[in-house]
Amino acid sequence: MTPPTDTLTPPAATPVNAIPETKALIKEVIEVYPDKAKKKREKHLNVFEEGKSDCGVKSNVKSVPGSMTTRGCAYAGSKGVVWGPIKDMIHISHGPVGCGYYSWSGRRNYYIGTTGIDSFGTMQFTSDFQERDIVFGGDKKLLKLITELDELFPLNRGVSIQSECPIGLIGDDIEAVAKKAAKEIGKTVVPVRCEGFRGVSQSLGHHIANDAVRDWVFPQFDKNKKEGNIPDSTAYDVAIIGDYNIGGDAWSSRILLEEIGLRVVAQWSGDGTLNEIINTPSVKLNLVHCYRSMNYISRHMEEAYGIPWLEYNFFGPTQIAASLREIASKFDETIQAKAEEVIAKYQAQTDAVIAKYAPRLTGKTVALMVGGLRPRHVVPAFHDLGMKLIGTGYEFGHNDDYKRTTHYIENGTLIYDDVSAYEFEAFVKELKPDLIASGIKEKYVFQKMALPFRQMHSWDYSGPYHGYDGFAIFARDMDLALNSPTWSLIGTPWQTTEVAA
Amino acid sequence: MAQNNVNDIQDHARLFHQDEYQELFKAKKEFEGGHSPEKVAEIADWTKSWEYREKNFAREALTVNPAKACQPLGAILAAVGFEATLPFVHGSQGCVAYFRSHFTRHFKEPFSAVSSSMTEDAAVFGGQLNMIEGLATSYNLYKPKMIAVCTTCMAEVIGDDLQAFISNAKAANSVPQTFPVPYAHTPSFVGSHITGYDNMIKGILSNLTAGKKQEATNGKINFIPGFETYIGNLREIKRYADLMDVNYTLLADNSEYLDSPNTGEYQMYPGGTKLEDAADSINAEATIAFQSYATTKTREYIESEWNQKTYVSRPVGIRGTDEFLMKLSALTGKPIPKELEEERGRAVDALTDSQAWLHGKRIALYGDPDLVIGLVQFLLEVGAEPIHIVVSNSNANFEGELRALLDSSPFGQNATIWGGKDLWHLRSLLFTEPVDLLIGNSYGKYLWRDTKTPLVRIGYPIFDRHHLHRYSTYGYQGAINLLNWIVNTLLDELDRNTIIPSKTDISYDLIR
Repeated sequence: MTPPTDTLTPPAATPVNAIPETKALIKEVIEVYPDKAKKKREKHLNVFEEGKSDCGVKSNVKSVPGSMTTRGCAYAGSKGVVWGPIKDMIHISHGPVGCGYYSWSGRRNYYIGTTGIDSFGTMQFTSDFQERDIVFGGDKKLLKLITELDELFPLNRGVSIQSECPIGLIGDDIEAVAKKAAKEIGKTVVPVRCEGFRGVSQSLGHHIANDAVRDWVFPQFDKNKKEGNIPDSTAYDVAIIGDYNIGGDAWSSRILLEEIGLRVVAQWSGDGTLNEIINTPSVKLNLVHCYRSMNYISRHMEEAYGIPWLEYNFFGPTQIAASLREIASKFDETIQAKAEEVIAKYQAQTDAVIAKYAPRLTGKTVALMVGGLRPRHVVPAFHDLGMKLIGTGYEFGHNDDYKRTTHYIENGTLIYDDVSAYEFEAFVKELKPDLIASGIKEKYVFQKMALPFRQMHSWDYSGPYHGYDGFAIFARDMDLALNSPTWSLIGTPWQTTEVAA
Repeated sequence: MAQNNVNDIQDHARLFHQDEYQELFKAKKEFEGGHSPEKVAEIADWTKSWEYREKNFAREALTVNPAKACQPLGAILAAVGFEATLPFVHGSQGCVAYFRSHFTRHFKEPFSAVSSSMTEDAAVFGGQLNMIEGLATSYNLYKPKMIAVCTTCMAEVIGDDLQAFISNAKAANSVPQTFPVPYAHTPSFVGSHITGYDNMIKGILSNLTAGKKQEATNGKINFIPGFETYIGNLREIKRYADLMDVNYTLLADNSEYLDSPNTGEYQMYPGGTKLEDAADSINAEATIAFQSYATTKTREYIESEWNQKTYVSRPVGIRGTDEFLMKLSALTGKPIPKELEEERGRAVDALTDSQAWLHGKRIALYGDPDLVIGLVQFLLEVGAEPIHIVVSNSNANFEGELRALLDSSPFGQNATIWGGKDLWHLRSLLFTEPVDLLIGNSYGKYLWRDTKTPLVRIGYPIFDRHHLHRYSTYGYQGAINLLNWIVNTLLDELDRNTIIPSKTDISYDLIR
């Protein structure tokens, strides 16, 4: 299935001479690498030229050792992103204590439920491996701890086993334990082979997590179907796939889908439940927000169950309207008419937001660097506020992400894949964007450079940013970052050197 | 429409309480397959019971919400305390992303560390090539004066040998032969972040001091903070030493690194203990560690290899600070200055002013062993009663020391020590034997929500309150800070409990 067509008109193109200049900058920046590393890195940096079918960078290969990548690991992709937000299951960080500890409540996947009773999203469950577990294996401990947790948390709907590095290395058979434990507690137990050393980033963890859903959860739908025991469905049933409900994003999206007359029967996986996941193959259309993390399961559902899927973008009114129309076009005229009504309904709200904030933001330049979707999807939201994107790149995007990115960016945009801290800092020093939109590890580096910053993984503890309601918050937040008077305090009145802000 | 007022844009804290979202949430339940509210309430009640507590404490394999992290986190906190030092974590790269995020969220400062980015091939063939390439890249890119290497559990499980790898990397010209690359093996399945701190300090000191032993001492005192996350404490120690005119070396001084000024220019390596000072620490008169369980191996090493006396002194509360100053005075022959005596007097004055609000207050606390001992010292001297003490990264020595401390005071008699236990155990303790106050890191906010026990945030990490780490908990000023946080939390709670008009507000007093 093709991605949605873009109705977007980017701001005026960069002067042509910017391209050779930016290419020269890239060359200069990577000069400091040892030869071998330089050869690797130069393939990941480029300048987008209009008309090209992708951004001209290599992606999804191993990071250069010692280069301070921002990437995480497969465990982070599976437990931290895909499985962790499923609220009524208990996700065991299986292995030593650290991985579960560092990923504990770090991602603001909002949910409604009674934590510790019927919801477990902001808790840390771990097998806390000690040396003896490494030596003798952790299978027995795992089986025991699953029975223990089921006794202490009887309302859990299931368990997932998120493998940390040692599990694969010592050869534990978590699949066998999962089968045995499922029998003992009478619930779904999912083994996930997401050891951190697998693959080159969290991206493989998303894929592994998707495969685990396919192999360990969907068989329940298949069984229910065989037994003629699937829930009632309607012609308007859809699932939200790949929205982790950061700051409530999935809710501010869901409300729009329901307003246009669709019935959202499952949310993957922010505020999601096992029941919603199991029942998803009954929907008529899968709506995919984070393509990078969940295209796999969407493709699987297309092949196995004949469910089409559509990638949509709910950042900024231009893309929200385009996406709502695209989504409605897959349904009948009633839905299409309602989509128009909804777009019209929110027009006043959107106009007020833009009227207030665009004058404060127009012409400001942005450098983006986020995970696997936002380096392209948030671009139109900036454009809606009159802001201009001068550089973007993914932590863990793949080639198809860079192809899709061309729809969103303009000629001359600097592209950096898996950018190292060194490169990012060097690019920013030269290009002097007005705002950096990236992650927590980058935030204070750039703020020390007197540059306004917003965290675009976590919305800097704000949000939601999705949907019309989210766009208002997005606009407000960009304004509060860019136009804070604190930036002007950084230079002392008695020193002559000027700072960037 | 939810955002109907552009001058009052509502984010998550208010947006979702509007009717349209409340209806949305209600409608979603149809698909969730959830339990009935009655069932949820029934189980919630059950988790508050003694029966549940017994089941909870009977678990043997499961850990829920532990108050400890893994070794490399401590190792890299130690490493950034040295001048222009880049921590290099040998293993799979996701760990470093987690460490950097964790520290950055707490300190709100940049934190640089690299990884050797080991993947499947390294799992099979070992990580030597990653080390050779990684050291060369980080040396060229980030221009450090020292690269401090530690491991993740992956490298430990496959048995990578750091010493051999580093020397092979040097032979391959990744870094110059003379360039310092100290190392520490920091398996995540042994000990915790405080063990990692200990291992790394020992690794760095043994590297830098090799061959530097002189006949005579340099007349200095070494200070080793331990896994210290209060920048204010390091500054306070330095101030005390300066006031006493003591010549000292603060080893692993990360106070500037973790609290650098915003000048409009980013510095990757602000401050830190000078490498030559660290190298000369072998010639000091003595070493004082401010934490015991985060410096155990380091002190053993200093005593046996350097032939240098080491002491543990926790300058927390009045007596803890007194002991530290007297120890420093005894070791150096320098008198304790009048100025500090006056500071002491002010702190004691503050404690006596507030004691009525603290006397007999029942306190639960959790955290790292040394932090907990310091807090207990303080609580006992103001007449508060530690009741539940949970330490996930405990050991027998610690429990013995803590027991002796509790036994030394009538206010310690009711305390129970829960070594190796976690915050889900603590939840049961708080429900079955309630206390007046809880002290611990930000994760305690979930206990506050569930049990309504007011929380004072002390420890690491503190993610959800700003700038507490800039204060001191050490010294006389630190005692005032602890007092301030604790007594004012109790008073806030009292106000909250006496706020209902014509019902509880008879006690809603202006003067406390």
